[in-house]
Amino acid sequence: MSTTRISGDTKYLFKRDKTWWVKLAVPRPLRGALGYDLRRSLHTDDVETAREARWEAIEEFRSRFDEIRATQANGTAAAVIHPVDESDEPLELQRGVRQVDQHIVEIVSDSGEGAQKCGQILGLVSGKMGNGVWTVEIIPAEIQPPARERQGASGIRVRMGSNYMTNMGDEADVVVAFNEQVLYSRISNRAYRKGTVVLLENMWAEDPDERIRNQYKEALADFEAQGLNVIELPIQQECLKLVPDPRKGKNMFVLGMICSIYHRDTDIAKAEIAKIFKKKSEKVININHDLFDAGYAFAREHIGFSFEIPASEEDRLESAVVMNGNTAAGLGVMAAGIEMVAMYPITPATSASHYLAEDFHLTGGFVHQAEDEIAAIGFAIGASYAGKTACTITSGPGMALKTEMIGLAVMAEVPLVIIDVQRGGPSTGLPTKVEQGDLLSTLYGAPGDSPKIVMAAATISECFHFVVMARRLAESFRTPVIMLTDANLGTGVQPIERPEVTEEWFAPPLDQSDWDEDVAPFDWDEKTGLSERPIPGMRGGEYILTGLAHNRNSKIAYDTASNQEGMDMRSRKLAAMFATMKPPEVHGDPEGDLLIVGWGSTLGAIEEAVDRARAQGLKVSSVHLRFLSPMEPGLKEIFSRFKKVMTIEINYSDEPGSPLVTEENRRYSQLALVLRAHTLMDIDCWSKVPGHPLQPGTIHNVIESRLEEIEGAEACSA
Amino acid sequence: MFGLKGDWSLEVKDRYFTLEDYTGAVPRWCTGCGDHGILAAVHRVCRDSQIKPEKTVAVSGIGCSSRLPHYMSTYGFHGLHGRALPVACGIKSRRPDLDVWVATGDGDCFSIGAAHWIHAMRYNMDITLLVFDNGIYGLTKKQTSPTTPLDVPTNTHPSGALLPPLNPLSVTLGITNISFVAQIVDWNAPLRHEVIKKAHEHKGTSFVRIIQRCPVYVESIGKALQDEPARMRLLTHEKGVQVDDMVKRLFPNNAEHDPSDLAAARALAEDDSVLPLGILYHNPDAPQYDKMTATGLDMTIEDRLAGMNEALDHFAL
Repeated sequence: MSTTRISGDTKYLFKRDKTWWVKLAVPRPLRGALGYDLRRSLHTDDVETAREARWEAIEEFRSRFDEIRATQANGTAAAVIHPVDESDEPLELQRGVRQVDQHIVEIVSDSGEGAQKCGQILGLVSGKMGNGVWTVEIIPAEIQPPARERQGASGIRVRMGSNYMTNMGDEADVVVAFNEQVLYSRISNRAYRKGTVVLLENMWAEDPDERIRNQYKEALADFEAQGLNVIELPIQQECLKLVPDPRKGKNMFVLGMICSIYHRDTDIAKAEIAKIFKKKSEKVININHDLFDAGYAFAREHIGFSFEIPASEEDRLESAVVMNGNTAAGLGVMAAGIEMVAMYPITPATSASHYLAEDFHLTGGFVHQAEDEIAAIGFAIGASYAGKTACTITSGPGMALKTEMIGLAVMAEVPLVIIDVQRGGPSTGLPTKVEQGDLLSTLYGAPGDSPKIVMAAATISECFHFVVMARRLAESFRTPVIMLTDANLGTGVQPIERPEVTEEWFAPPLDQSDWDEDVAPFDWDEKTGLSERPIPGMRGGEYILTGLAHNRNSKIAYDTASNQEGMDMRSRKLAAMFATMKPPEVHGDPEGDLLIVGWGSTLGAIEEAVDRARAQGLKVSSVHLRFLSPMEPGLKEIFSRFKKVMTIEINYSDEPGSPLVTEENRRYSQLALVLRAHTLMDIDCWSKVPGHPLQPGTIHNVIESRLEEIEGAEACSA
Repeated sequence: MFGLKGDWSLEVKDRYFTLEDYTGAVPRWCTGCGDHGILAAVHRVCRDSQIKPEKTVAVSGIGCSSRLPHYMSTYGFHGLHGRALPVACGIKSRRPDLDVWVATGDGDCFSIGAAHWIHAMRYNMDITLLVFDNGIYGLTKKQTSPTTPLDVPTNTHPSGALLPPLNPLSVTLGITNISFVAQIVDWNAPLRHEVIKKAHEHKGTSFVRIIQRCPVYVESIGKALQDEPARMRLLTHEKGVQVDDMVKRLFPNNAEHDPSDLAAARALAEDDSVLPLGILYHNPDAPQYDKMTATGLDMTIEDRLAGMNEALDHFAL
């Protein structure tokens, strides 16, 4: 054997920053539990030492495969539990105060126990203390799931950091659980890692129902086996000292505990509690303050560790507002001077309209809840045709229903802002979960050629500002503008810089001056395709808008020349807009081994992953597209500076190596497909449809393994 | 007559509109099609009410009826099949100053656009809704429509329509918050004009179903009624329409009907043996959605900016 071994034997090995690592691919059936590969540093820069040391690790990895196979074969409840992710640095629970630059806290409960309110206040308090914050609610799929149901977890994740936070992060550091069962669904979502601290309500251990006592006991053993750091606490018992029914109020006790563990400012916290209960009596506020104080004191006394997250001065916001992306979009609608939103209820878009229904009157607007999605966009098109700025807000299935109307708005050149808060598809799909699945249908969904402007917000702040931009573009280019966001942006909450809205942001007042009768209603400029439109009420501008092929005078025209001219002019508007755009900025070095291309809500996670990889010395950069139609300029030139270009997206693509999938028939993710056509370059993709946002750790792994492939390929060719 | 009022006093307006001011392209409907008469009535009602052409919008869907906007010289919106009503409602929602007409047909309104028909009636925005009901799909060449009579052969049902036709009047009269429901035949000009005029004057959605002849595909439908006037019953009332005796003679079967009586209107609509003509129901006091949607129109930019900042304050940290 040794005689045939070539000097370059690096089986299972790879080198990173002068250190050799060992890596073993995980067999496909075990990937759900273990991920794509297992890896570990061998802490040596000497290849011979590494060659020797690898076998011990390989043996250990293989025995882990056997363990998982055994549990899977047992087919018991344990089989549905994915072991928590390995981490290089499990949370050390030293006594005393530790300073961290970011931490993730989750509060999980049955629905109706107030975990979300607790986390919201924690987020607000942290924001006020100058921390970066990203909050995301954990929502069960059903309205009223039964209590203590594994799939019924309701709660919230709060990521707090010294710097500005751009995404929900990886595994949680500290979890407060109101019962043990709700942790299971979070574990299977890989929300926790070895060493994650679980502060667990222990009342279930003494429950009168034997079944519940046993469940609790079994769960404790499960959690321990997986390396969760469970600390049982008598939360209920402590609350009972203050209130007769702690189901209401326990959340404030827990808030007190967390504020103690994270050295949160109690005055701010209590002011926020008072604000939340401001419509209730003084007595209610006092009880909740008492519960908060009790939780705070309890943690001080019984929990030995605590963390400080100092706020970084450089990322401190001048004047912050806290909101989710849907509210931001709603406020953007107001700031754009849009005065009509026509919608039909659809998850996860509706909360934008809920918000508008509350505040839209402040800027003189009105929310019309239409009889269906088609009527909603028809109503908005009607208002816009009549010179009033209008918008419709929906999600994927609504977009599908609106498709014919979007085609009409393109054909008849009616300005319109359409906001699509994407969710999982096809069909009803995953209504409450994130996916970036509507790109292709948005770009190409309508019959015939239907050129329109398509943009994607990448941050909560952009959810606001892009509506303002969309309204302007819609009017300047006399076209519908589709703004894509998704469930991740729509429900993620964070403090953002307060926008300084000025009068210029609003739509100009309705123009009712006379129209020059000699100017046609579609007086297309040959060079740009642009034209001014007459508004009903303008004397001399009377014309009949039509969805049929028409000439410059808006007369139905079936002749070849008119049809070709109309098509040319509508398409030319996109070329005109493209001519005004700048190439996107590259995050990281302008050239390197790997370029990640993303769009939409994955921005924060991608850039965080790229930063981590770059800190390791990897030559990876990223670019994030805001405009998908027209596509941003200069992409081919940017792409050509990298050895490999790939998109990372939350939509479906065939994974290479899957049964029957070949290079010829592989179906690419949506942006990758568009970019391949756009650049004629071999753009790869990595995409998943996990029903939750992509996390930086996941993307980091993808970057590492793709770079290894590049190295491997280079080694082979060398 | 120009400027001359009923009391012989002269009122000089800066603009006076004649029929020509509302007349657009030459209609391309077939010879003998009932649509010509309806268009003439619309032009006349516009002229009589002296609405400004630039303040008038004719909205339609797709079908023979929906070509009407092209034959007007006002603003017009010739949109998608079945979707005239949402567009018309959207126009009216923020532009109460515009006079909005909708031209639609039995396929456009009662079939593909049925959901919008129900809901637009309930919204009761100030819109004049004319349904050109010829009982057939004409533009696409003779397919069964919801109102095609039983046994009438079509290209989709060559041995005759299979199901009894939909009764648009009883459906409309069953909708909550309706305010004006009428029915006419295209071939009686005085009644046609009188009802469309009343419909246009009414504040709210005025639904006028017009039995309209299609001599090309289903001549039998109109002919049966013309040959047998007793199959129609003319409804007159001081609160509804009143016609002179000459017209009444053409409708030997006529009766007094108080259009504020919804139960009586429903009973008339339900009676399949005879077709009621005139105003079946009228309630000038039904709530109008356009009064609710047109809020904040008078806000200044300064008001809006202040409101915007107030909204942002709700989220201030």
